[in-house]
Amino acid sequence: MNEIIDIPVEQLHAEMKKLHDERHFDFLRSLTGMDWQEEGLGVVYHLENTLTGENTVVRTHSANRENPEIPTVCDIWKAAEFNEREAFDFYGIRFTNHPDLRRLYLRDDWVGHPLRKDYDMSEETNPLRMTNEEPVDTTARLEVLRDGSVIEKREVIFEDNEYIINIGPQHPATHGVLRFRVSLEGEIIQKLDVHCGYIHRGIEKMCESLTYPQTLALTDRLDYLGAHQNRHALCMCIEKAMGVEVSERVQYIRTIMDELQRIDSHLLFFSCLCMDLGALTAFFYGFRDREKILDIFEETTGGRLIQNYNTIGGVQTDIAPSFVQKVKEFIAYLRPTLREYHEVFTGNIIAEQRLKGVGVLSREDAISFGATGGTGRAAGWACDVRKRHPYGVYDKVEFNEVLFTEGDSYARYMVRMKEIEESLRIIEQLIDNIPEGEYQQKMKPIIRIPEGSYYSAVEGSRGEFGVFIESKGDKYPYRMKFRSTGLPLVSCMETLTRGAKIADLIAIGGTVDYVVPDIDR
Amino acid sequence: MEIKKPHIKSIPYEDFKNNEYLEQMVQELNANGGKVWLGCLDDLINWGRSNSLWPLTFATSCCGIEFMAVGAARYDFARFGFEVARASPRQADLIMVAGTITHKMAPVLKRLYDQMADPKYVIAVGGCAISGGPFKKSYHVVNGVDRILPVDVYIPGCPPRPEALLYGMIQLQRKVKLEKFFGGVNRKEEEPQKAK
Ligand code: SF4
Repeated sequence: MNEIIDIPVEQLHAEMKKLHDERHFDFLRSLTGMDWQEEGLGVVYHLENTLTGENTVVRTHSANRENPEIPTVCDIWKAAEFNEREAFDFYGIRFTNHPDLRRLYLRDDWVGHPLRKDYDMSEETNPLRMTNEEPVDTTARLEVLRDGSVIEKREVIFEDNEYIINIGPQHPATHGVLRFRVSLEGEIIQKLDVHCGYIHRGIEKMCESLTYPQTLALTDRLDYLGAHQNRHALCMCIEKAMGVEVSERVQYIRTIMDELQRIDSHLLFFSCLCMDLGALTAFFYGFRDREKILDIFEETTGGRLIQNYNTIGGVQTDIAPSFVQKVKEFIAYLRPTLREYHEVFTGNIIAEQRLKGVGVLSREDAISFGATGGTGRAAGWACDVRKRHPYGVYDKVEFNEVLFTEGDSYARYMVRMKEIEESLRIIEQLIDNIPEGEYQQKMKPIIRIPEGSYYSAVEGSRGEFGVFIESKGDKYPYRMKFRSTGLPLVSCMETLTRGAKIADLIAIGGTVDYVVPDIDR
Repeated sequence: MEIKKPHIKSIPYEDFKNNEYLEQMVQELNANGGKVWLGCLDDLINWGRSNSLWPLTFATSCCGIEFMAVGAARYDFARFGFEVARASPRQADLIMVAGTITHKMAPVLKRLYDQMADPKYVIAVGGCAISGGPFKKSYHVVNGVDRILPVDVYIPGCPPRPEALLYGMIQLQRKVKLEKFFGGVNRKEEEPQKAK
């Protein structure tokens, strides 16, 4: 496990700045709010140095349960902005100097902070409210005065004379229920305000009252286009904590499944992006080919979209007898089909003009926002977890990390199309060599994790998907946090779209490729 | 009285489940008094209505992807007249509630439903829409859309298979075929209040 540095609240900002500037911890992997009951509320930061790959964990806490105040770090890492809003929403931790301290997921009239251990879960506190939410154009900022006291200031998000349009939550191009409020000057986007939480299902809180094997089922439903990978991350984290080594065979199967899932997700990405841009035929092509992967999944796991396949210490069932054969057929089928995709869509002049040079994200911003996955790689950031922290059998296979430097929509699109080819290459190297062995290890009937905190990550279909578990040695996790792949992606939407045309918002959103239930959890 | 059996091509009446429900529905409709001479006209209109149910593109989570799959090449609900998925509730006849409905989403969903023109239908797709599904115990999930909307057909599953979705949609068609357009269908609006 990495070193854990405890920093008192008073020195937090200065120390964090030092870590960033002097030791080059420029990537905030995850920011987790915590409730340590008697000790108070706090935050755990996972940091990474993108040059050396060095990792560190920082903790801080405030003993004041009524009004916990922790200085913001969002001037150091942009990724902190949304994550701190999340921690404010879930725990009521007030981040001083945060420019926009609003709830991120729950309604403004929500009572209490649900992830606190003393939160009252009863229906009476928070009944189902059927009133429509009124849009609020101001936000709060906590300013620390010279004498150390804190005052609340109102800041304006949208001025009265701005022309604001609302997109979502029910809009076919937001890929789920995400809501944007956009301020326009003619067709040009001046400012964009993201509203999440329309599919916030409270998974992290639920996990705290589920046993470890039970928590597995919920991960599939976070980012359902990365169902295998999500579950893989959680299983890996639990196995690591328990000191369980899974067999070679399981490693191979998991890796192959992860890659199939990635292809599945990227095909859906292609379909939806094309549909958003008006190319409906491409949508049908993508879905037609995606069905072939679902067939392979179904034969082995029994599920199409949600497979519930990985378990702690192995996988649910052995691969189906025809699995190898089918996968090979699929590889042979997909290669020429991809060329067809490129002919139909990639070279198309309309597609190129809609994508090239639109929505540019710089490498620095990608790192600062923590926008991993295809979005980060399109901006030239080598952020692939499969290379950075190899797991499964990724250290045994040869594959290229697809990198572009343009950072525009077109690069994001091409990264994913190229990644399909790399995934095919990975599968090809593995499919013939799946070693014999057990597919499921004997585990104790009740699974407990030794006390401590653990973090594991996998490369999900759209970025780093991490699991952070803090255990007190029980059969239930004390805190389970999922590092969402999508939250950093929506947090950089404002940077991406500022100055772009409103119609490009759809294309940018499509290429950034977020899945909303994964953002909201 | 013998009920008029809704005819679905290539699936015999007996092969459907929940036929008792339909029979009961017809009895209730008849008890309210039907205008006999409008019967044929009803049949004609219902033939048209049941074969051109336009769904609203509404999906909140995982089940929505299966809904898309049903719309795509392999399952292709265009075969049954569902293909015109509308993005605007004003043009939709049917809302497929595919996915979890949370507290924050509930008023939005209700508003969408209210914006649809009568006659309108609701299908609850998947465990989440039926009862909250795997998230039943969560603090932010509505335990079943029938708490806020009148549901016509429930399709269980997590997610339901595309075949199940098609079956559910055909069940709705059968229901539509039995309704009396000149009778009660156009006055569905009060129902949400009654259900409460
Ligand atoms: S029923 Fe299952 S698949 Fe459908 S939305 Fe709920 S969790 Fe997802």
